[in-house]
Amino acid sequence: MTAPRWTGPEGRVLPVVTAPASVLSTVGDEVDPTDPAIVRLAADLVATMRVSPGCVGLAAPQVGAGVQVFAVDVTQHPKTVTTHGTFALCNAKIIEASRWKLGREGCMSVPDLNGDVKRAGRVVVEAVLPGSGEPVTITTDAFEARALQHEIDHCAGKLFLDRVAGAHAIYQRKVYL
Amino acid sequence: MHELAITVIGPDRTGIVADVAEALAEVGANLTDSTMTRLRGHFAMTLICTGPTAAEAEAALEPLTGVVTTVRKVEPEADAADDGEPYVVSVHGADRLGIVAAVTRVVAAAGGNITDLTTRLTGQLYVLIAEADLPAGAAEELAEQLAVAAAELGVEVTLRRAESEIL
Repeated sequence: MTAPRWTGPEGRVLPVVTAPASVLSTVGDEVDPTDPAIVRLAADLVATMRVSPGCVGLAAPQVGAGVQVFAVDVTQHPKTVTTHGTFALCNAKIIEASRWKLGREGCMSVPDLNGDVKRAGRVVVEAVLPGSGEPVTITTDAFEARALQHEIDHCAGKLFLDRVAGAHAIYQRKVYL
Repeated sequence: MHELAITVIGPDRTGIVADVAEALAEVGANLTDSTMTRLRGHFAMTLICTGPTAAEAEAALEPLTGVVTTVRKVEPEADAADDGEPYVVSVHGADRLGIVAAVTRVVAAAGGNITDLTTRLTGQLYVLIAEADLPAGAAEELAEQLAVAAAELGVEVTLRRAESEIL
């Protein structure tokens, strides 16, 4: 199976939109992964993610595009166990989820708040790669699994705020990590 | 045994909790349940204590400067009937007047009892997270009614079952 590692073109750094922008609450459309505009969007997401301190993933709605595309890179994060490097996915779906666990999440689109969210510690995700359109199945765990669920939520118009564990599970954000 | 409900609110500063707790300890007040938090730079304490009379507690808190205090005698709670199914409501969107009023009214009309609620305003983003005990079977209809209210308010709403994991 093809590794999902990003080998696409250099992208542009785009401004990140913040809540309450309506695009963040809109279900993203499925895309044609071979569409050059989608490949450029994936490249832009990777580029924007790379220049944003502490950013481990960025989804198309966060740059104003209501479509199912996102980039992930958790390689530098201390909670990472399995990692697939830097990659971008289109039309991703969670096929299996298990080992549910609470963890603290932040989001560039909700810059002032963090929240405790229960996520699966192991997931299997099916998606297609931007560019080739090749289908991939990613099995991962721990922090990468959490990042994938957070980004797939963005593509479905959901924020971590829609999943926080309770009234005392949101926090004023102090550090950007 | 006297049971008192006390609130103390004032500008946040280092030592404010210690000052209040010490003043109450000196008159023999035993703090039972309390919530103490910072709200946009104000420190807000809500607590239940047992021991002193309301007059003794008021006198103990009186020397504290810069804070507003209330002391009220309350009846010890009856054993709370732990019925209902625990749910969490999330609301987020552009800040506007009446979000809390509209959402909590919908929850109340469905027989939901809100047990905890937090709101945060950061920039233009208003966030409300409420925990509510719902009558059995009420969730589905409430979700529909919340969606209608949310659409009118122009905000996003999610209703989901609270996680109740007990080890």
